[in-house]
Amino acid sequence: MTESLYLISAVLFIFALKLFSRPSTAFRANNLAIGGMVLAIISAFNLKFADYDVVFYLVILVSAGLGVVVSNRVQMTQMPELVGIFNGLGGGASGAIAYVELSNSTLVLTDFSVAIFSMTIGVFTFSGSLIAVAKLRGKLNSFNATVINILSGVLLVGVITMLTTKIDYSTEYIIILSLLLGITRVVLIGGADMPVVIAFLNSLSGIAAMAAGFIVNSIILIIAGALVGASGIILTLLMCSAMNRTIYQVLKGGFGTTKINNEYEKDPISTSAEDIAIQLSYADSVVIVPGYGMAVAQAQSAVKELTNTLKSKNIEVKFAIHPVAGRMPGHMNVLLAEVDIDYEDMFTLEDINSEFSATDVVLVIGANDVVNPLARTDEDSPIYGMPILDVDMAKQVVVIKRSMSPGYAGIANPLFIEENTKMLFADAKEGLENIVKSFELV
Amino acid sequence: MTEIFLYTLLITAMASFIGYELISKIPQTLHTPLMSGSNAISGITLIAGILIYPNVVDDVLLKTIVLIGVSFATMNIVGGFSVTGRILEMFKKND
Repeated sequence: MTESLYLISAVLFIFALKLFSRPSTAFRANNLAIGGMVLAIISAFNLKFADYDVVFYLVILVSAGLGVVVSNRVQMTQMPELVGIFNGLGGGASGAIAYVELSNSTLVLTDFSVAIFSMTIGVFTFSGSLIAVAKLRGKLNSFNATVINILSGVLLVGVITMLTTKIDYSTEYIIILSLLLGITRVVLIGGADMPVVIAFLNSLSGIAAMAAGFIVNSIILIIAGALVGASGIILTLLMCSAMNRTIYQVLKGGFGTTKINNEYEKDPISTSAEDIAIQLSYADSVVIVPGYGMAVAQAQSAVKELTNTLKSKNIEVKFAIHPVAGRMPGHMNVLLAEVDIDYEDMFTLEDINSEFSATDVVLVIGANDVVNPLARTDEDSPIYGMPILDVDMAKQVVVIKRSMSPGYAGIANPLFIEENTKMLFADAKEGLENIVKSFELV
Repeated sequence: MTEIFLYTLLITAMASFIGYELISKIPQTLHTPLMSGSNAISGITLIAGILIYPNVVDDVLLKTIVLIGVSFATMNIVGGFSVTGRILEMFKKND
């Protein structure tokens, strides 16, 4: 009986993923997944509710309450941190369960190996995610890449040795090594590589749950874990290919720390909010390119105001979103959706790149590396080969940015000094608000 | 290797394949809610906690560790689904 209920849960999860393919049905998808989860939980109790003490139910109740409070308070700009924390919790839970099962001496050999695997991955995901969150909050910076890489290499060899030799190591040692491995592995990666890290850890949290399913012989854990694992892997690979780098190169870390000549040959053309308003009012089509700078400045409402102003003047407005813009997959889309911008107006790199040459004005808001033409032209550049938004093809480009400082890749962006580019040196929010105000005077 | 192990391995392979096929079709716009939603699903480890808890109630240390796992997984599930709902609500009102 219980097994067939699990089967229904699994089917609900799979249908949920199917409905997730369209924004209009995705909300129902979430409800289906909730249904699947509730059913699985009830089935797990198998009507033996009396076998559990008050403490158990209390822990569930309090944790659920905490989950609701946190998820309702979090700001959309903080989504990467929240997902990071949840990745860590998922991994930590699987690690804890695996540890308890390992302490249970009746495990057969295959289960024993899987339990060790689940514990290692779970604990790694836990510590790695916490470090990822700290990096997202900007609490951790500048480490010596070589030292950390050697350290993490040694740790990796240590973990693999422990897992493959038949000697009976104490599980506590494996936990400590996995914790340290998670920390050293993630601590070097940051900034624009964050989407990859978050997606990768998301995948691992699923894989840890799947492995835990092998230990307790639960089909639903295996299926659900495999679905999450697959989802995370797809996103990881998508993010990597959007940067033209391999997962190995990303996880090695230390990107953008090499000193390269990033001087500019000439000064950029600086402009004012009033001039931009005039420039925009003469345009027929405008494409807005949001980047992490928009999220940092919480400028999404100002973007919406400007969009409304432009649309009221019958100017066509589209949004071009690079896959790795922001700090997690789809980050920019969520921020724009938050301020009621229609998802029909949001375009992916493949869909919009051919349109730039016919665009009057491109407005780049807090993005840098993803619009750097060197990715197309300079073979020595660290970003060479990365698919970029070809905004330099547009008739005019306006960049709102606080300074000429380089982006995550640490290189100069020749777009900023091109003849058809004008720079508005300002905080994204302030800059946009001033442009909207200037419109009233035009 | 036991037959059950091979059988579960087969299920794993099939679930991974279905997952890969379905998720490849999800548009970039929904990648953040996809992550937070799949995140919530990874809290499925709660089931394992429920299954093993009755076996460890006599051992205080193990019991505590299971409870930690249960707490993490519950926060993961409830928080994950709730924030995903919040995000998808924003996409829904566009229709």
